[in-house]
Amino acid sequence: MTDSCWQIVQDYGLRSIGIGERALPRTDFTLCHDFTLIGSGMIWNVYFGTLALAFGFIFATVLALGKAAQNPFLRKPSEWFIFLFRGSPLFVQFFLTYELLTMLPRQGLEFWGLTLETSWLTRAWAGALLVLFLNTSAYSAEIFYGALRSVPKGDLEAADAYGFDGWKKFRKITWPTMLRLAWPSYTNEAIFLFHSTALVFFSGFPAFRQQGDALYYASYLADKTFNPFVAYPIAAFYFILLTLCVITLFGAINRRLNRHLPGAPRKLKIRPQLVR
Amino acid sequence: MFASCADPKALEGLSWLICYLTTGKHMLFYASFGTVLLLMLVTAPVALAFGFGGALSARSSLAPLRWFGKAYTAMVRGVPDIVFFLFVPIAMDQGLEYIRHRMFCPGWTEPVRQGNSFLVCDAAKLPLSSSPQIYHEIYGFTLAVVAFAIVFGAFAANVLYGAMKAVPHAQLETAAAYGMSQRQVTRRVLIPQMWTYAIPGLSNLWMILLKATPLLFLLGVEDIVYWARELGSTKSQIFDYPHPDWRLWYFLALLVFYLGMTKISEIVLARITTRLSRGQATLAGETLRKGADA
Repeated sequence: MTDSCWQIVQDYGLRSIGIGERALPRTDFTLCHDFTLIGSGMIWNVYFGTLALAFGFIFATVLALGKAAQNPFLRKPSEWFIFLFRGSPLFVQFFLTYELLTMLPRQGLEFWGLTLETSWLTRAWAGALLVLFLNTSAYSAEIFYGALRSVPKGDLEAADAYGFDGWKKFRKITWPTMLRLAWPSYTNEAIFLFHSTALVFFSGFPAFRQQGDALYYASYLADKTFNPFVAYPIAAFYFILLTLCVITLFGAINRRLNRHLPGAPRKLKIRPQLVR
Repeated sequence: MFASCADPKALEGLSWLICYLTTGKHMLFYASFGTVLLLMLVTAPVALAFGFGGALSARSSLAPLRWFGKAYTAMVRGVPDIVFFLFVPIAMDQGLEYIRHRMFCPGWTEPVRQGNSFLVCDAAKLPLSSSPQIYHEIYGFTLAVVAFAIVFGAFAANVLYGAMKAVPHAQLETAAAYGMSQRQVTRRVLIPQMWTYAIPGLSNLWMILLKATPLLFLLGVEDIVYWARELGSTKSQIFDYPHPDWRLWYFLALLVFYLGMTKISEIVLARITTRLSRGQATLAGETLRKGADA
């Protein structure tokens, strides 16, 4: 039995990224199938979550600075962007973006004689990543904006007194303090983001050659066996595992951000929310 | 709908658009906005009740009840809600059918789970396969409401539990010193006081509920997302109103609807927050009092 399970892992372990068996199993599902297929789908969840978070972090910082800016030409677009993406459901954003991307010309866009391929944008790996990136940017920007406003006045005055200005002041004083203040909420945001990656294959973006994420396979298995009591708990198990990894990683960063402060580092309080 | 719409192929321009937007299917589309609002209006109080029960049992002095309350809130927090939205309706459906199967068909000897299928006798089907379509829709909607209520109830329980802990302890002790029983303290002091602490979390939850409503589509309810896809998809010449792929415009309409709802909710919730902080021993309450004096 263990031997055959190893065989299943070899066949389907990387199924979601197109390595291994082409056809999905149709009958005789074992627990091993469930764990392997859903686990293989988790690759997508991790991919979407990690990349969206990494790119979103940079863009969110820019947006937060934009929202905090005096200049209305910087402030207004940031405010609108944040309202647009925080005020509407991620689900609708997915559908809308998919429709928008399919309207791009098939043969690609012509720019000064160069042809820009567009068909890859309608694929989940790019299109859904784009939506998740914009969405998490908006949510994180709001968190960073709040933190930016709570940077202690004394710290900034001290920086001025020491002759810090411009980029150096931001890089050495404002930004680290903002991050430190925002980190607990940002951890929650990271957890929601990983949870919302589960929406990708239910929302417009088709699963290319049945290469879907964890929940795609979970619902496939539940549909085929008429039994929700195995596949969904397994998916839940994987997500809890992923959440714990995120908490561990972000907790380590939190300790590093707070390492210069006296006393125990602020404990991360995890309050995951729901869908957006 | 209008008499002038009798021959849609002959129409052009604005009159075509008016006729197009008032077809029977479009009326169903507009009605589905009502479905979404109905879901929110039904779910919010039910989830609040679930949350209330969860929070009170998490505070209970009875150990099993306390464990139940804590487990309930912990369960939903680590797992994506969509897992619950997919799981709870199927699980409930099968659970109910299984119970009815045992009640109505005692003579049935074959196992209910045969390999990959779930078989119950005809009398146990929910709703009965002979009942009209509307019952199937109501049943699907009810399952959706229960799924939403369970998930949001857990989150509301979390918020209310925190709010109950935030009520100044001295007030509860004072109430006890005046000779109130534990139940009277809960009912007369704790619950009226906790709302001001619960309102930020609950308003957050309302916003999340608003943004979770498109998930109804996944549960097979004919909601706004369903109709937007249905009506927007390419209509060939066979249809009365042929048009190319217009899903983008329909989804833009949904986006505007949700943004509008968010804005309205923000305004209403801000007013409720002000109303609830009246007379409270908090910064907001103090500011209100000073404003009233001046």
